[in-house]
Amino acid sequence: MTDLTLDITIHLAKIALIFFVVLTLAAYLVFAERRLLAWIQDRKGPNRVGPFGLLQPLADLIKLLTKEDFRPPQADKWLFYLAPAMAAIPAILTFAVIPFGAPVRLLGREVPLQVADLNVGLLFFMALSSIAVYGVALGGWASNSKYALLGSIRGLAQLISYELSMGLSLVPTVMLAGSLRLSEIVAAQKGVWFIVYQPLAFAIFLVSIAAECKRIPFDIPEAEGELVAGFHTEYSGMRFGLFFVGEYINIIVLGGLATTFFLGGWHGPLLPSFVWFVAKTLAFAFFFIWMRGTLPRLRYDQLMHLGWKVLTPLALVNILATGWWLMIRELR
Amino acid sequence: MEPAIFYILAAVTVIATLFAIAEKHAVHAIVYLVTSFFALSVIFFMLGAPVVAVFEVIIYAGAIMVLFLFVIMMLDLGHPERARLPGGRDWWPALVLGAVTLAAALTLFVSRGPAASAAGKAIGVKEFALALFGKYGVAVEVISLQLLFALVGALYLGKRRNDRGEGGRRLGEGQSLLREERHP
Repeated sequence: MTDLTLDITIHLAKIALIFFVVLTLAAYLVFAERRLLAWIQDRKGPNRVGPFGLLQPLADLIKLLTKEDFRPPQADKWLFYLAPAMAAIPAILTFAVIPFGAPVRLLGREVPLQVADLNVGLLFFMALSSIAVYGVALGGWASNSKYALLGSIRGLAQLISYELSMGLSLVPTVMLAGSLRLSEIVAAQKGVWFIVYQPLAFAIFLVSIAAECKRIPFDIPEAEGELVAGFHTEYSGMRFGLFFVGEYINIIVLGGLATTFFLGGWHGPLLPSFVWFVAKTLAFAFFFIWMRGTLPRLRYDQLMHLGWKVLTPLALVNILATGWWLMIRELR
Repeated sequence: MEPAIFYILAAVTVIATLFAIAEKHAVHAIVYLVTSFFALSVIFFMLGAPVVAVFEVIIYAGAIMVLFLFVIMMLDLGHPERARLPGGRDWWPALVLGAVTLAAALTLFVSRGPAASAAGKAIGVKEFALALFGKYGVAVEVISLQLLFALVGALYLGKRRNDRGEGGRRLGEGQSLLREERHP
């Protein structure tokens, strides 16, 4: 095997590994969410299929695949078909820039556990998260239904607003690491994790990513109490499944990013780096499920108020404060 | 392999842009235009400008086009697919703009230097930022001031409509939609 083919093989293997692990994790996250929510609400949850209900995701998949793939007659055909993919693809693409483990030695060469170590990695993530808006917007619009349209308009407004505070909350990490390259941001946290220096930025980022993956308490685009199911009201079968899985992939990816930016990425004692990364990421997923079981939904105006009048100004002040702090540290 | 990828991307950009112009339905046109921006962004990346490539997606595809979409979704456009073709009087602004663009492209093509190397070395974020805020700092400030003017202007227009409670039927509709949502 030549060097080039070996390179391509290793890359393809990494991509296949990510697809397999992320999709499986997403499926089991749905299951975990149902079980945990059941425990929080003093129920049992799905426990019939397989031991402890562990085969439930498989049963769900078969059910979704055998359902009728229905399209409302007045819907915009192509956009209606494309929208679920537009929602799921950017989420999983983001994983390309996340370093999910320390570099390993394989066949006598150093292989970084990351698909693409872009020098604009953080901006790449911002670009994809701004693209993810289209799935929600076009899905609701193409359905040609009032509930779906209202849901997608709310979704658009929410995603645009919280993208801003999310981006601004990441600026201090870039200032501390001195790079937009995700592997260097992780390397800069070898000693002290950025959450220690930047608890405020971490809090803003956490709230913003909860809003970005449209989770309770920020689930007003779907708000089943008011809008039936929001932007995906008209979807059925596997197309609905794709929206759903996309949301859970998003949780995993954003959890992974929060780990990378604030919790030291794959750094950690004793256990292998890969395990640390997965554990931290799943801790975020658990936190989101917990939050869903605990908090009520925000109203639309409360959501906008929080995003524009609280989080964004706080993030800006935090950037300024970080700048002053870095300058003072340099002077000493 | 790189030339092949470039030609594919260039074809996608041109075809998607043509469709974006020819498409009567505004939402479809936006989707085509976003496709075109995406392909263009990868071309920028291949030319060694990763920062420009990413900003192309963040700003154009991810922010400006999303705002377009937002506004179009709020408006009731009726049946754009039944609209008639533009008449003779609608053509001339497009023709003037097209002629200016074509002339500029021709001038560039004729007067280009002999050694225009295709893909140079990739420009990192640091070099980009130093050039932007050092060498072109004044220009950046002037442009940001201009954006501020636009912002103040938009705020003024929006406020005036609110006070009188008339005019701007379309904007008013969008606002009432949002206002209804405050008390679900």
